[in-house]
Amino acid sequence: MTTSTAERRPFALQAFLVGFLILWIVVAAFPFLWTLWGSFKVEGDFFSKADWTSALTGPMTTVETGGSMTGQGYHGAWVLNEFWRAVLNTFIVVVSVVTISLTFGTLGGYALARSGYRYVFWILIVALIFRAMPHVTLVSGYLLPFYQWNLWGHLPTAIIVLVAINQPFTLWMLTSFFQNIPKDLDESAMVDGCSRFQAFRLVIIPVMWPGVITTGLFSFLLAYNDFAVTAMLLNQENQTMIPKIASFLGTTQTKGNVMFAVSAVVSATAPLFVLVMFFQRQIVSGLTAGAVKG
Amino acid sequence: MLLFIALPIVSVIIQSVYAPHEQVIREIENCGVFGCTTSTMVDVEATAAQSEGAPMGRFVGGDIFTDRSHLATSEIGVLWSTATNIGDFLDQLLNLPFYGALAFTLTYTALVTPLSILLGFAIALAVNAIPKLFRGPAIFFSLLPMIVTPLVGALILFWMVDARGILGSVLQALAGDPNLSVKASTPLMWTMLIIYGTWASTPFAFVVYYAGLQTVPQDTLESAMIDGATRWQRLRFVVLPHLLPLTTFLLLIKIMDNFRVFEPIVSFNAGAHAQSLSYFIYSDLSSTNQLLSSAAATSVLTILGIIILLSPVILRTWKSFGRASS
Repeated sequence: MTTSTAERRPFALQAFLVGFLILWIVVAAFPFLWTLWGSFKVEGDFFSKADWTSALTGPMTTVETGGSMTGQGYHGAWVLNEFWRAVLNTFIVVVSVVTISLTFGTLGGYALARSGYRYVFWILIVALIFRAMPHVTLVSGYLLPFYQWNLWGHLPTAIIVLVAINQPFTLWMLTSFFQNIPKDLDESAMVDGCSRFQAFRLVIIPVMWPGVITTGLFSFLLAYNDFAVTAMLLNQENQTMIPKIASFLGTTQTKGNVMFAVSAVVSATAPLFVLVMFFQRQIVSGLTAGAVKG
Repeated sequence: MLLFIALPIVSVIIQSVYAPHEQVIREIENCGVFGCTTSTMVDVEATAAQSEGAPMGRFVGGDIFTDRSHLATSEIGVLWSTATNIGDFLDQLLNLPFYGALAFTLTYTALVTPLSILLGFAIALAVNAIPKLFRGPAIFFSLLPMIVTPLVGALILFWMVDARGILGSVLQALAGDPNLSVKASTPLMWTMLIIYGTWASTPFAFVVYYAGLQTVPQDTLESAMIDGATRWQRLRFVVLPHLLPLTTFLLLIKIMDNFRVFEPIVSFNAGAHAQSLSYFIYSDLSSTNQLLSSAAATSVLTILGIIILLSPVILRTWKSFGRASS
């Protein structure tokens, strides 16, 4: 929006707004910077009883390791506690979930967007209720049969459950996206002699990428951020990052272990930072797509 | 294609209905020695033997739903007749695990939802007021609390508010009490969880409102100005009505999200002070003798709760949808 005359504000109001915004940004971003900085210290500094500034300057770190910054926490988490294995598992889970749910979501969303109205509405309401249910609720339903069928603890199981949880949302987003692609587009393709599938492949696929990328981002976030499903359904070896971090916390009695968790947390947050940096526009548009429709 | 989507939903519903029947035997025995708390492990063998015969367990209908860990109907009856006044009754009621969890979940939802929506709206107005150049970075930093993994975000805050962390120290200095610890006090824990919740869910409201502000019709704004409307009146009579549908949407999503609050409680290690319904299920599932039936019963109750909470919104949507398509 250009700054029209309607937008011009008295100085006091403008100053107040800017001040408020700066306050919010500090509140929003400071914890991350603090933790990132602290992850290079030893526990005695990050949790300092004596003086909060020691987390910045790191006197204990200097005493214990010789430098004011240390990679001990990272070494402990990644090498000693095999965090890399959890990272690998997360990678497998996330990639599979995104791929599978996008495949089903695109086809299903397209079909729903091109079918009758009532029917679409009920599917979406079911999807909405399904989305509203806490994931733990679903897991408690899945757990028993998985024990009985001996499926518990494997990565594919968790992937399937995550896809199932994710699907309604994917479908919802992609349906509303496909509804924005004019029907004329594929209808004229079919008039020109394409079959339904050809119309989808040749006409719709080239124009659908923005929506697919946005939806893919959200599938990624769901799979990446999930705790309930992966914590309950995976065994020790197949743990993904988030349950792994939670398991670090169970062993915080030993000195220095908290720092493993801190550095693991920073490692798990870093990809999300990069993601937001590159895909900010898509995330914003994706978040608002549903709102504009709703 | 629909099958692929419908099957997991159906299977989940079936399981959440059927699972309560599993391990019922143990629950029944519990009720048999009513009032004695040490009886949980006694009949494990019997349970194992019986559950081998009937894998789904014995059918008991609503017994689990009404036992002490859930709706606790008989206990409420007792409380109601013995409690001296209504406050006493409520106190006792909240000591029952299910009602405690329900109370926290509802408090959390009722506070975090409006707080985050209001705060998000204010931030959206502020971002809209700054030069374009700074908007990108502002949005970037505003998004962070939402995008970051809930468990991780809550952990970060938890470490800061630890008695030895930076916020914890500040709090101690403010209160003048060097032994103040958020971990040790229930009201502080609740406050902390609610602050975390607001922190984490404000960005969503912000983004939605920010996008909404971009679509406010400029012509209407200008004509309102020509008619002599003040800044406040323009906000009140042009911008707010324009954003009303968005608010409904936000309410719907936020109620859904806040009602299933779970990760912060794990991160804050707050199980002793505050339990949400989700955490209640989780702790049932992850305890040593997995209480599947109890968890499933809570799950069903939770789903019912969600349906009750959301029904007004869904009804509204349904009505407006009916209008739109007819």
